[in-house]
Amino acid sequence: MEMILKQNKIMKNKLLVDLQIEKQIVRRNKKNKIFKGIIIAGTVISTLPLLLILFYIFKQGITAINWDFFTNLPKPVGETGGGVANALVGSILILLVSCVLAIPIGIIIGIYLSEVAKSRLAYYSRLAVDVLQGIPSIVIGIIIYEWIVRPMGGFSAFSGSVALALMMLPSIVKSTEETLKLLPESLKEASLALGVPYYKTILKIIVPTGLGGIMTGIILSISRVIGETAPLLFTAFGNPFMSTNIFKPISSLPLIIFNYATSPYNDWHQLAWGASMLLILMILILNIITKIVQRKWKVQF
Amino acid sequence: MTAISFQAKRINLKEKVFKKTLTLSAIIVVVILMAIFFTLLINSMPSIKALGTKFFYDKTWDPVADEYGALPFLVGTLLTSFLALVISTPFSIAVAIFLGEYYKKGIVAEIFKNVIDLLAGIPSVIYGFWGLIVLVPIVRMIEMKLNLPPYGVGIFTSSVILAIMVLPFSVSLSRQVISMVPAHLKEAAYSLGATRFEVITKIIIPYTKSGLFAGLLLALGRALGETMAVTMLIGNTHEIPTGIFSPGNTMASVIANEFSEATGEIYTSALIEMGLFLFVVATIINILGKQVIKRFTIS
Repeated sequence: MEMILKQNKIMKNKLLVDLQIEKQIVRRNKKNKIFKGIIIAGTVISTLPLLLILFYIFKQGITAINWDFFTNLPKPVGETGGGVANALVGSILILLVSCVLAIPIGIIIGIYLSEVAKSRLAYYSRLAVDVLQGIPSIVIGIIIYEWIVRPMGGFSAFSGSVALALMMLPSIVKSTEETLKLLPESLKEASLALGVPYYKTILKIIVPTGLGGIMTGIILSISRVIGETAPLLFTAFGNPFMSTNIFKPISSLPLIIFNYATSPYNDWHQLAWGASMLLILMILILNIITKIVQRKWKVQF
Repeated sequence: MTAISFQAKRINLKEKVFKKTLTLSAIIVVVILMAIFFTLLINSMPSIKALGTKFFYDKTWDPVADEYGALPFLVGTLLTSFLALVISTPFSIAVAIFLGEYYKKGIVAEIFKNVIDLLAGIPSVIYGFWGLIVLVPIVRMIEMKLNLPPYGVGIFTSSVILAIMVLPFSVSLSRQVISMVPAHLKEAAYSLGATRFEVITKIIIPYTKSGLFAGLLLALGRALGETMAVTMLIGNTHEIPTGIFSPGNTMASVIANEFSEATGEIYTSALIEMGLFLFVVATIINILGKQVIKRFTIS
């Protein structure tokens, strides 16, 4: 009799424990699900600002963009039909000059870093590139002001280009270095074994093979500096008239957005929305080109 | 014979020039960086000599009276940056876990990755403009509900925009370190019956702690130096902010606003000294972050 009672008690306890474990599992599974929900909610909320910003810019910008917008100069408050022709030309000119300055140097440094990976100079050079990338853009503005604007006696498109080139340099160097590092050693050795000089091996074999990756880096760096405003404030400075002289002050899209956005006039806000949309479209297109280049010229080894 | 040796000589010469050019270019970056530092240092010398450490604890910035105390801007810079990090960190970790653990591949991952990349691509000035038109009225409404003076612009508004702007930077790093957690660690935990939640909180996050911290550091570096959006949204006053809703100013935005109009040696020099401060802080944070990542990837 007592045995049976004891066994019953044990069974009961076991059931109770089982029930508790069951409950615990249910609770843990619930926690798991809730957590996943929180993560998904957090991610979706994080993307909302982008959607809101794009929505606003396109909604407001689309009405601002017409033929006048591309061909006219900005007009005083109250007059309709003002455009951003000077800023568009300025932006393109500044970028072209900064590409000419930054791309060759960037690629050469990238080649050095991938070829001489472990020397002391490579270490410091890599560190310098990293630090350069982290310098606040406004500080770049000050530097170029002291280096170029003050000695040359005035603001100029050229100084703006140098500032942007300085900002493009790190990402060009890094993409070149990383692309070239991925190439197999055998490629270089095959070329050298055929008696091709080292410089020709690099310029005619290695660089063309990694061109896709290098191009991607260049386009990305352009899309990153195309909207930079802070380094242009005391270099390119802005100009209400059309100018193509690189030694004179020049306007640019980000500068015009800054000036018009902070003005109290609705007409000017409208121009700023249009310019913002134009800028965003350019950045989108550059990003899409990058994706295409990446896919088409993927380094295959 | 002579033709060949002549050619060989020319190739040798080209070879030498090529190698010299490579080395020279690597030296040039180092030189540029040093030159940047010394330009800032030399140009801020007049202010360092005239003001000394008073520069960092003096509360009045009054160029007309020739008084340059950067404390209000120092406080403004730190306050906006840290507040931005506080706002953005929960979201950046959520996105990092989402992309590094739940949805590593597939169309969902691609879409969200591209969205976050684009977020990083939007120019600062456009963030500022959007904030001015959309965010400022919202903040003004909140301030009225809280019975505060309805400025709309101020520390809080700039921090929200900064939080959105730095999110992609911490996400890209955190996502990488989270996806680098060795599979055998996770599988061992799963085989013991752990749920995914438990794997994430007890394996992944402790394992990636240092990497996540590096992500925060890099985001902080970005936030400290961010100029345009903050300039447009912070209110640009010269007083020490009294709360998170009051207007203020950051070092970067003071430089942006006053540098091209600054007259007088000490005025310009004081602004450059702020630039030097930003440069040094950003560099330290950057190197520290890189060091943490390096240690993480090696271990």
